[in-house]
Amino acid sequence: MWDYIKLIVFGVVAVLAAIAANYAHDLPYMVNALVVMLAAAIAFVWQLRHVGEPAHHPQTEYLDGVVRAGVIATTFWGVVGFLVGVVIAFQLAFPWLNIPGVEGILNFGRLRPLHTSAVIFAFGGNALIMSAFYVVQRTTAARLFGGNLGWFVFWGWQLMIVLAATSYVLGGTQSKEYAETVWYIDWWIVVVWVAFLLAFLGTLWKRKEPHIYVANWFYLSFIVTIAMLHIVNNLAIPVSFLGSQSVQVTAGVQDAMIQWWYGHNAVGFFLTAGFLGMMYYFVPKQAERPVFSYKLSIIHFWALIFLYIWAGPHHLHYTALPDWASTLGMVFSIMLWMPSWGGMINGLMTLSGAWDKLRTDPIIRMMVVSIGFYGMSTFEGPMMSIKAVNSLSHYTDWTIGHVHSGALGWNGMITFGALYFLTPRLWNREGLYSLRLVSWHFWLATIGIVLYASSMWVTGIMEGLMWREVDANGFLVNAFADTVSAKFPMYVVRGLGGVMFLSGAIIMAYNLYMTVRAQPAKAPVNANNFVPAE
Amino acid sequence: MELYSLLREFADSWALLMLFAVFLGVILWVLRPGSRKLHDDAANSIFRNDKKPAAETRPAKEA
Repeated sequence: MWDYIKLIVFGVVAVLAAIAANYAHDLPYMVNALVVMLAAAIAFVWQLRHVGEPAHHPQTEYLDGVVRAGVIATTFWGVVGFLVGVVIAFQLAFPWLNIPGVEGILNFGRLRPLHTSAVIFAFGGNALIMSAFYVVQRTTAARLFGGNLGWFVFWGWQLMIVLAATSYVLGGTQSKEYAETVWYIDWWIVVVWVAFLLAFLGTLWKRKEPHIYVANWFYLSFIVTIAMLHIVNNLAIPVSFLGSQSVQVTAGVQDAMIQWWYGHNAVGFFLTAGFLGMMYYFVPKQAERPVFSYKLSIIHFWALIFLYIWAGPHHLHYTALPDWASTLGMVFSIMLWMPSWGGMINGLMTLSGAWDKLRTDPIIRMMVVSIGFYGMSTFEGPMMSIKAVNSLSHYTDWTIGHVHSGALGWNGMITFGALYFLTPRLWNREGLYSLRLVSWHFWLATIGIVLYASSMWVTGIMEGLMWREVDANGFLVNAFADTVSAKFPMYVVRGLGGVMFLSGAIIMAYNLYMTVRAQPAKAPVNANNFVPAE
Repeated sequence: MELYSLLREFADSWALLMLFAVFLGVILWVLRPGSRKLHDDAANSIFRNDKKPAAETRPAKEA
C-alpha cells in the first residue's frame, strides 16, 4: 500500500514539474523544474522495481549504508567546491578568465555563490549529516530512527545541492549571502531538515545509553538552530508560483539585521557547533582516550549556545543599524572568545599523555591542526568584531582570509580527519591504503592554508590602509583601481594556496578510493561482521 | 507604553537576569559534587557499541 502511495506521489510530482517547466517565467526556474521532473522520474522507476519488497530494518545492526553514501558525497562535493574556489580565485587575479562566450554563466558573480554553497552546504552539509548519523547511532547504541528516513535526508540534500547549483549559474538568487537559494529551494530545505531532525531526535529517543553524549548536544543544537535561522531569514512571498523571484517580507535595516543574525549563526551553528560535535567524537576516538574534561565540554556547550546567537550585529558596524545593537554584537563576540578557547583546550588536551601519536599518526596531526585553526580563527574573529579594528578590516580581503582559515583549517581539516577515520571502518578494511598519502595531503593542505591566510592578511590590511589614506588637503590618495592593481601578487599567491589545498583533497579522494578498492575486506567474524559482546 | 519599548525593557532587565541565572545554574550543576562518576562514564561511552546496537538499555549510573 505504502509503496503504491509513493509511486503515485513520484508520478504526480514528475508531471507537475513538467507542467511547471513548460509555463516557467524564467530560465533558472525552468531548469530546476526539469531537474525535479528527472529526479521524480528516477525515484518512480526505482520504486517501481522495488514494489512489494519487505522492509528490512534490523534493530540489531546500525544503518551504515547512508553514512557510506555520505562519505562519498562529502569527498565528491569537497573536490568540486575547492575546484570552483580555485577557479574564482584565479578569475580575480586574471580577469580574462571570465570568458566572454560563457559570460552570465561562468563569470565570477555566478560562480561565487556556487563556490560558497558547494563548500558550506554540499561539502560541510554532507559531512555534518553523515557524521551525525554515524555518531548518534554509536553513542546511543541504537539503529537510526525511521527506517529509510536517513536515506530520504541524504537524497533530498543532494537534490537541493543540484537545484541550487543549476539555479545559481543561471542567475537564480535572492541576493542574501549564504542564503542565495530561491524560495522553492528554501521550502525543500525545510522539508529535508525536518526529516533530519526527526531521524536524529527519534534515535535519541530510543537510545540504549542512558546519558546523551555531548557530541549529540552539539549536533542537536546545530539542527534546531539552523531550522530556526533558515525559516526566519527566508520569509518571502513568491512573485509567482511559476517563477524563481520572490519578495522578502522584511526590508531595509531589519532585513539586514535578520540576514546577519542568520549569517553569523550559520557560522556559529553550522560551521562551529556541528563541527564541534565531530570534534568531540572523532578526536577522542582517534586518540583512543576519552575527552580531556567532560565537565568542560558541557560548560563549553552552554557558553557557546548562550553567547553565539547575539554576535551577528558585528557584521553591520557603521551602518544604519542602531549603535546599541552593533555594540551588543561586538561585546558578545569578544565574550565568545572564552568558550571557543575552552573548547580548543578541551580538544587539544584530549591528547595529553598521547602526544607521541602526533609523530606517528597523520590523522591525529590533521585533527590537531584543525583544532589549532579553530583557536586561531576564534581569536581573530572577536578581534575583527571590535569596531576600531572592523573599520579597517571590513570590506577588505582580511575578512575572506579569516573565513578561509576557519573553513579550510578548522572545518576542512576536521572533516578530512573524520573521513580518514570512517572509511576503513565503514567498508570493513584493515586500515587506510596509504599513510604516506595522508601525510602528503596534510602538508599540502596546511601550507596551502598558510599561503591563503597570510596573503589575505597582507592584501586586506594593505587595501584597508590605502582606502583611508588622505593627503594634506584631506583628499583620498588612492582610487579603488589602485588597490586592485596593488593586490595582484597576493591574489596569485592565494590562488596557489588554493591549488595546493585542492591537490591535497584529490590525493585524499584517491587514497579513500584505493582503501576500499585495493584492499580485501577484513575476514568477517560471522555473517554480519559482528563481534561477540564483551 | 508601545510594544517595542515594553519588550526592550523586559529584554534588558528580567530576561537578561533569568538567562544569566540559568547559565550560572548550569555551571554549578555541572560542577556538583558526585557528578564525576557519571561524567567519566559518559566520556567513555564512545568506546562501547562500536559494531552493533546494544541489546538492552544500560541502567543509569547513580550520580
